[in-house]
Amino acid sequence: MQRYLFSRVIQSLALILGVLVLVFFLVRLTGDPARLMAPRDASPERVEQIREQYGFDRPIMVQLTEYLSHAARGDFGTSYHYRAPASELIVTRLPATLELALAALAFAVVVAVPLGILGGSNPGTVMDTLARGVGLIGQTVPNFWLALMLIVIFAVDLGWFPSFGRDGPRSLVLPAVALGFFPLGQFVRLTRSAVLEVRSADYVRTAYSKGLSTRIIYLRHIFRNVSITLVSIIGVQFGYMLGGSIYIESIFAWPGIGRMINEAVQNRDFILVQGIAVFSAGFVVVIQLLTDVAYALIDPRIRYEE
Amino acid sequence: MEPVLDVRDLAVQFETVEGTLHAVNGVSFRLRRGETLGIVGESGSGKSVSMMSLLRLIPEPPGKIHRGRALFYDAAETVDLLSLSNRRIGFLRGNRIGYIFQDPMSSLNPLLTVGIQIRESIERHTRLSGTQAKQRAIELLELVGIPSAAQRYGNYPHQFSGGMRQRVMIAIAISCDPAILIADEPTTALDVTVQAQILALVRRLTQELGISVIWISHDLGVIASLADRVLVMYGGTVVERGDVEELFTSPRHPYTVGLLGALPKLQGGEEQLVNIRGTPPSLFSSPTQCPFEPRCPWAFARCKTERPPEFFAGTGRVYLGGTESASTTQDTAESPEQEADEPFVAHRAACFHDLDRDQERDPSEPPAPAQGADKAAEAAGIGAPPSARGSASTDPPPAHTDSRQPSRLTGDRTGAEEL
Amino acid sequence: MSSRINALDPSQTRSWLGRTLHYLLRDKAGAFGLVLFLFVVLSAVFAPYVAPHSPLQQDLHSSRMPPAWHEGGDWEHPLGTDNLGRDMLSRIIYGSRVSLTVGFFGVLISMSLGLVLGAIAGYLGGRVDAVIMAIANLFLAIPYLLLVVVVAAILGRSLINVILIFGLTNAPLFVRITRGEVFRIRKSGYVESAVSIGAGRARILGHHILPNLIGPMVTVATFEMSGMIFYEAGLGFLGLSVPPGVPSWGNMLAHGRQYITFSPWLAAFPGLAIVVTSLGMNLLGDWLRDVLDPKLRRTAS
Repeated sequence: MQRYLFSRVIQSLALILGVLVLVFFLVRLTGDPARLMAPRDASPERVEQIREQYGFDRPIMVQLTEYLSHAARGDFGTSYHYRAPASELIVTRLPATLELALAALAFAVVVAVPLGILGGSNPGTVMDTLARGVGLIGQTVPNFWLALMLIVIFAVDLGWFPSFGRDGPRSLVLPAVALGFFPLGQFVRLTRSAVLEVRSADYVRTAYSKGLSTRIIYLRHIFRNVSITLVSIIGVQFGYMLGGSIYIESIFAWPGIGRMINEAVQNRDFILVQGIAVFSAGFVVVIQLLTDVAYALIDPRIRYEE
Repeated sequence: MEPVLDVRDLAVQFETVEGTLHAVNGVSFRLRRGETLGIVGESGSGKSVSMMSLLRLIPEPPGKIHRGRALFYDAAETVDLLSLSNRRIGFLRGNRIGYIFQDPMSSLNPLLTVGIQIRESIERHTRLSGTQAKQRAIELLELVGIPSAAQRYGNYPHQFSGGMRQRVMIAIAISCDPAILIADEPTTALDVTVQAQILALVRRLTQELGISVIWISHDLGVIASLADRVLVMYGGTVVERGDVEELFTSPRHPYTVGLLGALPKLQGGEEQLVNIRGTPPSLFSSPTQCPFEPRCPWAFARCKTERPPEFFAGTGRVYLGGTESASTTQDTAESPEQEADEPFVAHRAACFHDLDRDQERDPSEPPAPAQGADKAAEAAGIGAPPSARGSASTDPPPAHTDSRQPSRLTGDRTGAEEL
Repeated sequence: MSSRINALDPSQTRSWLGRTLHYLLRDKAGAFGLVLFLFVVLSAVFAPYVAPHSPLQQDLHSSRMPPAWHEGGDWEHPLGTDNLGRDMLSRIIYGSRVSLTVGFFGVLISMSLGLVLGAIAGYLGGRVDAVIMAIANLFLAIPYLLLVVVVAAILGRSLINVILIFGLTNAPLFVRITRGEVFRIRKSGYVESAVSIGAGRARILGHHILPNLIGPMVTVATFEMSGMIFYEAGLGFLGLSVPPGVPSWGNMLAHGRQYITFSPWLAAFPGLAIVVTSLGMNLLGDWLRDVLDPKLRRTAS
């Protein structure tokens, strides 16, 4: 277990380092980062000034070393647009995004897991058809379109929820549903297929051969094994939600990181874009690490690995 | 001797996308108290399905117990296993009838300690308290030969070897002193040396505890060393049955002959393995003919149009009440219900061959499968066959070596094992 | 004799095409997916013949007309018009060209890249494999939408750029599949025997590895293409895909968003087009996975 944890932490650190380097080169993809960072109507002199200001005229290895050493100290440069440190901006926007992502995750899990379990335990029934249908729709409806339609129906027509802003629990409902819809579909599909698979596992047959009641078999043998599968994809879904929040936060004017990255892109504030990209990737890597630890705690095969 | 289980005309079907699969088709047998009954057959012959359906462990749907009765003569009462309520069959499972499955690697839940997995059966069926149940589980682990049982109680299945896991499975199966133990190829997935240990363990425990055993296997050596009587299954039906010694020395059904011929010979390595040509039968068609006919070297016209009932067979030693007596009813057609009257009449085979050979078969092709029988007897460690059936015949039955079946027939796993 | 037995099994007697059709027709959802997909593809190909108007033709006198079945609607413009009076139906039909082009060429690029890099990684193993897989995993570590948005913002709006972005960022998935298959087949006996009789690497690749890859590749490609159509619209919605003048579903959505309160159909219809396309391809993909992967087919039935 300790060795497993240790190697996973090392892997995660390597991955974050890799992301740092990757983003560094992505920003230099066009060959002229100064031109990229400058406003569209900037004069050549202004571009030249930016080049010197950010040190883009120096050798690339010097730039990379400096960038990495700054990043190690949590310094991702100063936002051109907000005239504030990128890391500071990210930290102030983080709570809103976390709130939205957790609400979306909760919505997805609370709806999807019971539906997937009911569908998977009763294959071929109406419940199963419903579970499969929800799983399919979750995959085929774009969240940005769903967000707009939710606004039309529930904010404009019915007036039940506000159509934008972050102002109390009611304002959280529509964005959370829109953001959680795709993960919901994934969770339903996964839960259903996991239940179907575990139901026909040999050890479940053994449990039946002992005369255990169906209730005990589901509680003790089936759900426990299904939960492993679910835990293992929560990290992936969290990554998706960070990306999806770009749309949802922009549409609902939700003051989080997703909206900020959209604004940064529109403002060509690439220092901030770079900072958010690295931060988000690092965040996902850490979440992935945590889910792996949770996984290891549930699964004795990993827990007792020598 | 009184029976503990009486299965009559059991039929199990599976609805698949390709049509209805007749996995088990009219199987009848009896299990005597204290005996070990061997069931032999290749993959897809219906041996596992018929046993699992006794405890109603086949998935329904797609499976369905189509017809039949399975009377279980328990100490207190007699019940039909196939028509019990789910609640009552749940009471019998793991309590009065234990079951050991083939693959110990996947038959235990990887997320629960072996202790819990033994205990949950005890707690389901007895009134023992938590600590008593734990004590009992540790005793069981000791009983099945697991060293330092108290420590191993809290271990997870992946910390055990295959043989050790099968010991745990045995502990679970016998945890509530069952009347019957069904062992579904419990040694197939294990190493040869471990196989022998598990075999010895089950034999010792069931004798000590007086448990009747149904032992499913495709390993004839295992059956020969363990069983009192044998059923040979093919295509969802019983094609031959009898006392183990008699059946192995003088098999009468061509399939059994082939099966015994397919055994590798331990002494004198010159001879080739004999294979039964062709593939196992499709179970989709409704059986209106002998299921073995397409592969049978002795088949003739009648085999295609009629399904052979079981006939008294062969040299005619009959077991009645445990005593041997000579049979006089050779070559007489009997209805399957006959067994109801004479429960343990020994040797029968579902084949027209002996009956009609004089009229329809070419006399120049002698059927006597002496060589195969000899080999089987040697391999199974049984004495020489009666000289009456000796290898006087000039031609052994055709020994086909089919390139698609490089391994011996009994090891062939192309059939729908799970169905 | 064995033919008698096999005659009972339909999969033995029919041709490959017959078998495929047999399975397709048995799975109504798969057949429905195919119909939806063909519908979208055909309307993209024959857009000039199918569309009632030019997608660019403006008519400021009839701007933001509602759909025909609404009050104030007209069958001249079945799905209404946008704020410049351009016909919505025609724009949606032409918009499918952008989506399908991005999807098709995006998958083509990522699949080719994946095949080449995956085969190299799988064959050479060792350090080359480690480097290729490290890069692939790196791409998979970054939240995908974020990666696409950042790269699109850096490269700027053009069809070629969008295709390249999707082609490159999706390659890691195909690299993984190819590498896994190459590893698996390299270890299996029949490639060893092919090597022992002197078959070259190219021959092994062509005869043993590619045929085994077709199933998973086609299935993944269907889902990936659906995903790219999805994400292209997303980029368009943020103003990061094809230039604003080009009729694409994403651009139309971005446009419609501004009028969401009073003319919701401007955003509703392009979104529905995405849903229909994506639904068709997902149903098709599910079905392909069942048919092309015999292992899965058995568990499904």
